[in-house]
Amino acid sequence: MKKRWSERLGFLMLYLAGVLVLFFLGVILFDIFIKGVGVLSWKFLTQPPRMGMTEGGIFPAIMGTFMVSIITVIFAVPLGMFAAIYLNEYARPGKITRLIRLAIRNLSGVPSIVYGLFGVVLFVQMFRFGTSVLSAGLTLGLLTLPWTITACEEALKTVPKSYREGALALGATKWHAIRTNVLPYAIPGMMTGVILGLSRAAGETAPILFTGAAFFLPNLPKSLFDQFMALPYHLYILSTQHHAIEKVRPIAYGTALVLLGLILLLNLSAIWVRYRYRQKMRG
Amino acid sequence: MRILNVRVWMLVIGVAIGGFALIGPEAQGQNMIQVKGSDSEVNLVQRLAEVFMQKNPAVKIGVTGGGSGTGIAALINKQTDIANSSREIQPKEEEAAKSAGVQPFRVVIATDAISIITHPSNRVSKLTLEQIGKIFKGEITNWKEVGSKDAKISLYGRQSNSGTFVFLRDSVLKGDYSPNMKAMNGNAQIAEAVKRDAEGIGYVAVGYVVNEKEEVMEGIKIVDVAKEAKSTAYTPAKMENVMSLKYPITRPLNHYTNGKPAGGVLDFLRFEISGEGQKIVRKEGFFPVQKDWMEFNRKQGL
Amino acid sequence: MEEPYEPSVTIEEAPVEKAWLHKRIDTKDKTIAFRKLRARRLNEILIEKFFFINGLLAILILLSIFSLLFVKGFPAIKELGWKSFFGSSVWIPNSYSTPQYGILSLITSTLMVTIGALVIAVPLGVACAAFISQVASPRIREILKPTVEILAGIPSVVVGFLGIILVNPLIAKLFGISNGLNALNGSILLAIMSLPTIISLSEDALRAVPNSYKEASLALGGNDWQTLIRVLIPSALSGIIASIMLGMGRAIGETMTVLMATGNAPALTFNFLNAIQTMTATIAIELGEVPYNTTHYYALFVIGLVLFIMTFVVNLVSDIILQKYQQVER
Repeated sequence: MKKRWSERLGFLMLYLAGVLVLFFLGVILFDIFIKGVGVLSWKFLTQPPRMGMTEGGIFPAIMGTFMVSIITVIFAVPLGMFAAIYLNEYARPGKITRLIRLAIRNLSGVPSIVYGLFGVVLFVQMFRFGTSVLSAGLTLGLLTLPWTITACEEALKTVPKSYREGALALGATKWHAIRTNVLPYAIPGMMTGVILGLSRAAGETAPILFTGAAFFLPNLPKSLFDQFMALPYHLYILSTQHHAIEKVRPIAYGTALVLLGLILLLNLSAIWVRYRYRQKMRG
Repeated sequence: MRILNVRVWMLVIGVAIGGFALIGPEAQGQNMIQVKGSDSEVNLVQRLAEVFMQKNPAVKIGVTGGGSGTGIAALINKQTDIANSSREIQPKEEEAAKSAGVQPFRVVIATDAISIITHPSNRVSKLTLEQIGKIFKGEITNWKEVGSKDAKISLYGRQSNSGTFVFLRDSVLKGDYSPNMKAMNGNAQIAEAVKRDAEGIGYVAVGYVVNEKEEVMEGIKIVDVAKEAKSTAYTPAKMENVMSLKYPITRPLNHYTNGKPAGGVLDFLRFEISGEGQKIVRKEGFFPVQKDWMEFNRKQGL
Repeated sequence: MEEPYEPSVTIEEAPVEKAWLHKRIDTKDKTIAFRKLRARRLNEILIEKFFFINGLLAILILLSIFSLLFVKGFPAIKELGWKSFFGSSVWIPNSYSTPQYGILSLITSTLMVTIGALVIAVPLGVACAAFISQVASPRIREILKPTVEILAGIPSVVVGFLGIILVNPLIAKLFGISNGLNALNGSILLAIMSLPTIISLSEDALRAVPNSYKEASLALGGNDWQTLIRVLIPSALSGIIASIMLGMGRAIGETMTVLMATGNAPALTFNFLNAIQTMTATIAIELGEVPYNTTHYYALFVIGLVLFIMTFVVNLVSDIILQKYQQVER
């Protein structure tokens, strides 16, 4: 059957759309890789910056991002898990449940700078944590929470009803049934969601701008109440505020590459966990 | 599974919250000198801090930018030990400081000459203070009005947290900046933008565009400035013009601390205004503290 | 998708519980068994309450954010009045003479980049979604879907960084203007950031259209293209619109990208080749420099409140559309 011109043209446009999207990602990854890989070295990753950031490495920024992410996970994961358990296991359809879901959807849409505002007032000022790893980690935790709840809920949903009913039929209490028959199977799915949420938190800048990130610190944060360096903030300052912008451009590219690499790594491990989990469920 | 024992989690969360609430404000990591503020000063002070820390390994100094306004705000909010400010503290800020129980103590560490930069292809090589003011206020909008080709002037400046922003506004513009001025994040960003913009004009601290040998950075042009239409125009690149105040847009670069400094902070400040410190100032393209300001420092006990 | 989980056996009905009622036990056993049972029941109820509180957490946080923005922003409104915020387009809080807090130009700037982003991202995103779900071979699908996921994960700083370095000179050259830090730059970058949202949700919507629709259309003699344009996309329209609204919400709330690439000039303008300053960028620039608890500080919370309300409304509309969509399907 001969296809008409309009049909051909239409599908060509669709094809182009797909190509264009690939092109965007390709340009981004390619440019950052090509211009950043030259700076990358073991030294770059393990040494602190020197000579006013024009030389040396970005180790403190990597460590800082790492430390903040740990706080974020400690805060967001249990709370997210418990909220998801409530929503999927205990909640009865009704007004409150609908309100909770509405709240979660809205929270995931709140601009990151508004979370930053909230974090400054609540954690930095009211709780008196000051600009610190703790304040920034908690702020990022709030940002990640809606995501964690959704992801954990999805994981819980994939566990078949029969698992729960079987346990209950044998006389277990509800919580016992959840604990032994549902959660173990949902954990890998939850982990996937958590890792993805973590990768998002690692790349956020706006929430940590005023809650703890700093540009040049001579040593690593010694306690949760110290300021810290972070990869996304480092990239921001290197590319806009630094005093020798062109000289540090390669370092900025290197920072961007490390950040992207970290996020890709997290995404890949999440996908791997999901893959293994699916295999387990089948087998 | 034991890790999922809810009661254990409740205990952990409870202890964590309780622990932080109790230990919290006491355990602030306080063994580092915090310096925050002016972007014009940031790399200068970073360099001074690096050398000082090499000589005094026991002391740690952390330097961040953010603009003079950010630094003074941090001082008032008791979040920094030293505020870098390329302008003087304003009456509103002094009030806020008083109500927060903070006493700003000023030390001058260098002299800066705000340089007006354009693209090398720009024919204009001198401007009066009035012209500069009008250009940045948006009252002169076309290059032909100051003797160059017919093209719209593309303005670059700093954000309102910048001391350079405030200083230029209060001393030259005496009015508000044009809302069409692109607010860049730092001196270097302005220089970089002007390098690529044939119709651009911007203002930067001299240390960003001139080195100690009085050479101008590649890719930009510094405009000579005259006090009035009939006076001679001087370039900020020459130390002589700046130190003798012949160049009209000069300013002291300051530190503000809460009350008279002591301990490590005092040592660092003394180092900065010492001969060695002032040599570093010069190396970074800025100028040493002027005689009157040095007197001011000494009178305060430094 | 499974329906919400409803236990088919409740604690009250479990045979074990009733058993002790009928079983003959001697006095000692009865007490212990009763106590154990009561303790377990109490335990269960406590645990359920605990989870319930966690569930409420989301509502609690949302309300806290809103009330904080309101409480902190109110002093500014009280002092300056609504008109000075919403009736003026001049934002100079640190003026040489009189501080002005008009946020109209900030709002229009935000809307400009958002609409600009949607103009690029919607046709591109829906077309790509249609491509992935209908036209692409499984192999191409295996490449494109991870691409979209990875694109979604790229941090806003990195996109902003490339905006300054790559898109900036490109725009300058293309349009013959002196520099490329403007609304157009911001729109392009925001389009890249909202594309993944639009693509994946539209693709879900297209896939959810029952196969019977497609088969019926083909059976009636329509070709593939007509089927796509006249049957599939209209059926998936509510899902597609919901995805657009979510993408819009993302564009409105984006901070770092616009902060780095739009030039930050707070003047009121509708020219995409001019520099603009969005609401989010304003907060990011000025929050660091205001001493706490000054009028300027409170004014920033007013901006935050406006942002919050805008994204709330966008989310609400998207929710309503999705709900209507699900109703129609039943």
